[in-house]
Amino acid sequence: MIRVEDLVVRYGAATALDGVSLTVAAGELVALIGPNGAGKSTLVNALAGLLRPAAGKIRVDGRLALVPEGRHLFTPLTVDDNLRLGAWRAKNRDTGHIYELLPELEPLSRRPAGRLSGGQQQMVALGRALMARPDVLVIDEMSLGLAPLVVRHLADNLRERHRDGLAVLLIEQNARLALELCTRAYVLEAGRIVAEGSAADLAGSPQVAAAYLGLEA
Amino acid sequence: MGELAQYLVTGVGIGCAYALTGSGLVVIYRVTRVVNFAQGSFSVFAALTVTTLLAAGLPHGFAETLAVLLAGVIGLIVGLVATGKPGTTAQSALIVTLGLGVFAYAVEILLWGDQPRSFDGIPGSVGGIQKHYLLIIGVTAVVLGATALLFARTDLGRALTATAADPYAARIVGIDVTRMGLLAFALGGALGGLAGVLITPVQQVSFDSDVALVVSGFSAAILGNLTRPGLTLAGGLLLGVVQTLVGGYLSTSYQSEVALIFMLAVLVARAGRRDVLEAA
Repeated sequence: MIRVEDLVVRYGAATALDGVSLTVAAGELVALIGPNGAGKSTLVNALAGLLRPAAGKIRVDGRLALVPEGRHLFTPLTVDDNLRLGAWRAKNRDTGHIYELLPELEPLSRRPAGRLSGGQQQMVALGRALMARPDVLVIDEMSLGLAPLVVRHLADNLRERHRDGLAVLLIEQNARLALELCTRAYVLEAGRIVAEGSAADLAGSPQVAAAYLGLEA
Repeated sequence: MGELAQYLVTGVGIGCAYALTGSGLVVIYRVTRVVNFAQGSFSVFAALTVTTLLAAGLPHGFAETLAVLLAGVIGLIVGLVATGKPGTTAQSALIVTLGLGVFAYAVEILLWGDQPRSFDGIPGSVGGIQKHYLLIIGVTAVVLGATALLFARTDLGRALTATAADPYAARIVGIDVTRMGLLAFALGGALGGLAGVLITPVQQVSFDSDVALVVSGFSAAILGNLTRPGLTLAGGLLLGVVQTLVGGYLSTSYQSEVALIFMLAVLVARAGRRDVLEAA
């Protein structure tokens, strides 16, 4: 679905991504973890086609949709309008199937998105991305600022979408959540992939455990 | 009909032109964050174009419509020049529109001279009120109503609002933000052109008529913080009525001062609560 090869992104003289390679296969749940400033959001913007790489390749097969960090909803518009715009590139902008997937959005459909709670907003951001009927979903910092119970609910929802065949690249500071949810993971530090492997192996590695899971090495 | 009632209807008619001018500013500002100082030029250009088209033998209605469409195209061109280069800030674009507004003077004087011109509107009157004022009010109501429906009820309007609300998110869902900005400029140009075309039969137009229109239109728009169409309409109508009353009962020479005082009062009141310049 996604194949990134030796990707280099620079902002002026600063190198944000320095030879990053990663893949997400069809239907796969992959995590990318790493600290603040590692280049995670740069990778997201490159995947979304919003910035031009200095070198390397990005290949996306099928439709890619993005749930951006901070949700970035259209706050003056209603939930339903936000969903409709998620399918801006598509001809069919019917929101009915999203209310089937995310039933808690239906009673909120006429509310301005800016008036919702953080968890509800994240659900709308997810719904907006699903409106594009994507084959692969890139989710940037889904759990940031949300209560654990809300995060769990969102994670359950992602698992269901995954069971329906959706591939997911989950970009998370919350490594515990990411490693629990995903089957494979990459660790990004200072613009480079410093570790990769199955989520179980990474969770078991002393370096990852110490740096990201808050456990003693 | 009494004198006061006549002044009120006349004032609402004039106010409609201010509301249209202000709405053009609001549409452009909402989507692009650019305060378009060339807004008055659209009106002048369209009005002067109508004089030429009528002189060339085109029928009323057709000439006016053509001029409004031309103003839309000019709006698109202003948008291209002011915002077309990627990475242009709204502040730089504002200065470009100011420059284009001055440039428009030169073009207008070259094409139409520096003397005021006018053309006939709807003839006749009912109850002491020129019928043309009723036409202005009717057309403005229909056009602003249609604009409101465009924004509230169509996906294109939602995309315009989305671009204004969060350009980054708009790009994420695949909305062409630059194109939406240009569309807003075209719409703003047409609204400005309509203001000029409607008002010229009751007020002559010359190359520098844009100042009075834009001062009043901007005053109306600033009441709605340059983003709220409803308040812009209310502000435009209020200004038109107050100016007409001042002109009728005091002196016509105070009319532009009314708009300036109104704008200053709104700005001072706003500055007490929020940094308007920053918001603009």
